[in-house]
Amino acid sequence: MKQKQRRITPGRVLVALLILFLYAPILYTVVFSFNDSRSLTRFTGFSLQWYEKMFTSKTTMSAIVMTFLVAILATAISTAIGTVTIIGLSRCRKLLRGTVNMINDIVIMNPDIVTGIGLLMFFATMTVRKGFLTLLLAHIMFCTPYVMLTVAPRLRSLDPNLADAALDLGCNPLQAITKVIVPQLMPGITAGALIAFTMSFDDFVISYFVTGNGVQNISILVYTMSKRVNPSINAISTLVIVIITIALILINILPPLWQRINRKKEEPV
Amino acid sequence: MNRFRAMAYPYVLFISILVVIPMLLIIAYAFTVEGTAFFQHQFTLDNFARFFSDAVFLQVLVRSLRVAVFTTIVCLILGYPAAYCIAKSERRQGILILIITLPTWINMLVRTYAWVGILQDNGLLNAVLGTLGLGQLHLMYTDFAVVLGMVYNFIPFMILEISAALSKMDPSYLEAAEDLGANRRQSFLHVTLPLSLPGIISGITLVFLPAVSAFFIPKLLGGGSYVLVGNIIETEFLTAGNWSFGSALSLIMAIIIMLSIYLTRRIDRNRGEVS
Repeated sequence: MKQKQRRITPGRVLVALLILFLYAPILYTVVFSFNDSRSLTRFTGFSLQWYEKMFTSKTTMSAIVMTFLVAILATAISTAIGTVTIIGLSRCRKLLRGTVNMINDIVIMNPDIVTGIGLLMFFATMTVRKGFLTLLLAHIMFCTPYVMLTVAPRLRSLDPNLADAALDLGCNPLQAITKVIVPQLMPGITAGALIAFTMSFDDFVISYFVTGNGVQNISILVYTMSKRVNPSINAISTLVIVIITIALILINILPPLWQRINRKKEEPV
Repeated sequence: MNRFRAMAYPYVLFISILVVIPMLLIIAYAFTVEGTAFFQHQFTLDNFARFFSDAVFLQVLVRSLRVAVFTTIVCLILGYPAAYCIAKSERRQGILILIITLPTWINMLVRTYAWVGILQDNGLLNAVLGTLGLGQLHLMYTDFAVVLGMVYNFIPFMILEISAALSKMDPSYLEAAEDLGANRRQSFLHVTLPLSLPGIISGITLVFLPAVSAFFIPKLLGGGSYVLVGNIIETEFLTAGNWSFGSALSLIMAIIIMLSIYLTRRIDRNRGEVS
């Protein structure tokens, strides 16, 4: 049986080809972002000119700064709200829990375009000026359900009496949460925060509908630039790919690391 | 321990405002006369009727469905055997699924734009074909380019769903089928395939619906005049300003996706109770 595993089967060839299909365009973008000519087909030499263009363009830089600003704020706020809510929700009646879960499901399952136009109509009806604030609110709104979804299984695995024990031992409610519950949830919270960051950093469709007045993120910038062939998009794209790849690596490394740290703390030395 | 309860309330208020109210607005606008504010109570079903009566729109609808169906079929034909192969490779299953789904986390727009450089008449693919002496292909701004862009973006979801369903399958069913005299084809058709059906259904949902609602994939790879339902929604809201018709379209889409996900979950749950 063991020798059989290394055989080349049509299925394995298919999987290999699919992986190639999925990664080739990403690789192409990264390689050609270093091209020293405008050519889309020939790599004529290594150059950083497209990166130079990116960092000297005022529009591009403000879009990059905006993307980071919104992503960092949305991550921080949605992680905090998500964690606090899921702890509170575990003590709530089933009806409220069910309702909140259902609404979170709507956020996750709805096509982005529907979420986007819903928010667009809401902000317009409320006569809120579209811009940074609407963008940030929208990002917090679509990130928080993912944070809750990531933290929830961790919370369920905790002893429900943990908080009560902390209170009995003299903690005040705030301490019970920050010193006892949150450290236990840390692997879930870190994963949730990183997922929120990638969701926010990468979002195009919802942002496209809720922003305005010159406020744009990287995705919207790429979309408006993409109407003409423009090699500097490759440099911006590569920046996005690198940032998200780092976040994805952290998602796979940090939560288990936290778990190991927690376990070490628990072990008597 | 009721004192922690209040911690959930701010979020309840937050989603009531930012999720529930916008959904209600979509419903309200979908059922009101174009150009009137919804609180004027001018109830109408015209926005839905237009869906089927406007000739131009009907054409767009047919094209959207054609592209989405094509995309789904290609994803299923390529995705099923791949998912089957992945589910079978026991030890490497986790890492393979990770490799397949990792690109979906990277900005869809950026990855779709990469195809513009590859598929163009003077792009990478034609350069490769040229050096191989295979001639030139005109691919950009065709149905092919749009379907390719969609398959590229959505096939990981199909593979993920099907391989999840297949790896949940109890291998003893296959042993039982074998013991009862089924050959490989029979045990695949009568055991594996029916058991992977929930995965197929949710895979189809996760490919078909984003394909219908996609609007930047047709715009980047199909060109400005390549209009799908998603592009109509975009235009209705950002340029035409006809919220009612756009809302009706969005509502139909949202209902279909919610229903199909709900149904998949029901099938999954029922199966769980049986086994």
